[in-house]
Formats: sequence, structure tokens, C-alpha cells
Amino acid sequence: MNEPLWEVFVRPRRGLSHTHVGSLHAPDARMALRHARDLYTRRQEGVSIWVVPASEITASSPDEKDSFFDPAGDKIYRHPTFYELPEGVEHL
Amino acid sequence: MTDPMSEGSSRVNQQARVPQRSGGTPLELADDALIAAQRLSEWVARAPTLEEDVALTNIALDQLGVARLLLQSLGDEDELAYRRGDAEFRNCLLVELPFGRARGDLDFGWTVVWLLFLAAAQKLRYEAWDNEVAAKAVKESAYHLDHATQWVIRLGDGTSLSRERVQAAVEELWPYTHELTEGIRDDWLSIVEPVLKEATLVKPSHDTWRPSGGRSGRHTEHLSYVLAEMQALHRAHPGVQW
Repeated sequence: MNEPLWEVFVRPRRGLSHTHVGSLHAPDARMALRHARDLYTRRQEGVSIWVVPASEITASSPDEKDSFFDPAGDKIYRHPTFYELPEGVEHL
Repeated sequence: MTDPMSEGSSRVNQQARVPQRSGGTPLELADDALIAAQRLSEWVARAPTLEEDVALTNIALDQLGVARLLLQSLGDEDELAYRRGDAEFRNCLLVELPFGRARGDLDFGWTVVWLLFLAAAQKLRYEAWDNEVAAKAVKESAYHLDHATQWVIRLGDGTSLSRERVQAAVEELWPYTHELTEGIRDDWLSIVEPVLKEATLVKPSHDTWRPSGGRSGRHTEHLSYVLAEMQALHRAHPGVQW
């Protein structure tokens, strides 16, 4: 079957962001959402699902890796390494 | 012919034949779900797409889960599932029919029409039934109904071939829905008719042949084949576990 590809994002619980969990094939968005429910949340992995047409995603190219990401490497003043994290702060 | 499930049968407890408000008994609901689960399992590893394979398998497992809970409340679940003969089953005829005109058929369009009819009826019966099993089953049935609805609309209002197939299924299965929906017909029609309409499908114009008998143990030959496959292992190795 020649069905479009969809990328699936699941929010594990309230307060956390949707995270990419995988992809699937479906004829349209509603069926993609239902398939995502069956494929990626059958063990209570989530409370919310997004599906996005894979063709709508614009991705950075591996060829651009050096110019995109390397310049940030030596600018340590951008990294929050000079602070002490208060106890109990997670996901920072 | 005597009814093997009539007075004196010790296989099921008293509750088994107590009619609920919806008109169905726990044993009827259990057998509908059990045979539906066995039928749906024919799709495992054979569905049109991997995604649909998982969806249909999930639905089969939901059906099996409800069947087990109900049978456990009525007696020994293994005894009831594996040791009863066809005349002792109380499922409606619809659930035992093959997924197409002949034994061995496996038509996807036919299957989603079958699931639409079945899930709409199961949801209504579970809703009318106020206990823990029913509360779990209502949510599952709502999902089965939604899944079938999505497909019936897409295939009915789809290509000429897909429309032809689901229309044929509607016509062939419609007579069996009378037994399925006894006591809840109007509510059932109010769920199913809008779906058929949106799918551009039409009900059969002749609606006088209404096969029944499943609720009293008079089944089609198809149930025997379903049971043969479902019960063969347990009958060869009673009490086997893995």
C-alpha cells in the first residue's frame, strides 16, 4: 500500500513535552492518529499524541553539520556551567 | 432435542442466564466477545498494513479480555471456553460468520462492516450494564466502533471496488443484525445509519429474512469450525499451560 509516512510525537504525562517516538504509514491524519494510539500508547506510554506528515518536516542536512553546530562548541560562556542547581530542579 | 444448557447444567452459575436491562445475558455477551476474538485473530499477520494488523489484534485482545472476565464470573473459564459444544454456545450468529461469503474468506471491507455492526451493539449492551467489567468494556467498544466507522466511511466513499465490497458486506450481514440487536434495535440504528449514510452505503431494500437461533444454541455450521480450531489444543491436552 502506498500510504504517506507520519511522524509520531507522544507526551508521556502532563508537564512534559511531546517526544518523537517513531513513524507509521496511514492514508490520512485521523487514521494516523488512531494507528499511533495502537502502536505507541498500548502500554500507557502517553496522555497526548501528535502526528505530523513526514513530508512537512524540514530537516537540517548532515552536510551542514559543521557550520550549523560546531561554532557553538567553544563558547563556554553560553553554557550554564557557572551556576549551582538548587536541589529538586529537574529537566534543566 | 434437549437444550444442553437448560436446567441441571452445572457448567454455568445462576447469573449466566439472568437477562440484563439491555435484554442480553452475561453468557450471551461473553460468547459474542469470545467468538469475535477468535474470528478477529484470523487477521493476525495478514492485515493490509502493519498498522492495521496491530489495530485488529488489539481489538481481538480487547474482546478476549472481556470474554474472560465474564466467563470467570460465570464459572471455570477454561471449562466454558474449551469444553462446551457448539449447541451450548449462546453467541449470536453474526460473530461466527466468516469474513466473506464462504468459509476461509478474509475480506477486509467485510470485516470492518462486521465490526461496525458488532461494536455498536456491544457498546449499547455494556452501557446498559452497570458493573466494573462493563465500565472497562464500554471504553473499548467505543474505540472499536470508531475504528470500524473510520474504515467503513473511507471504503464506502472510496474507490468503486472498495465501495462494491463493503456494500456487499452490508447486504449480506444486515439480516443477521436483527438477532444481534434484539431489544436495542432503535438505538443501534441511530448509531449505524448515519455511518452508512456518510459512507454512501445503502441498507438492503428487502429486510424480511431474519436468521436467528444463536441465543438458543442453534448455530450455523461456521461455529463448529471456529470451535474446532479454538478448542483442539485444550481437548488434546486438557489443562495444558504455557
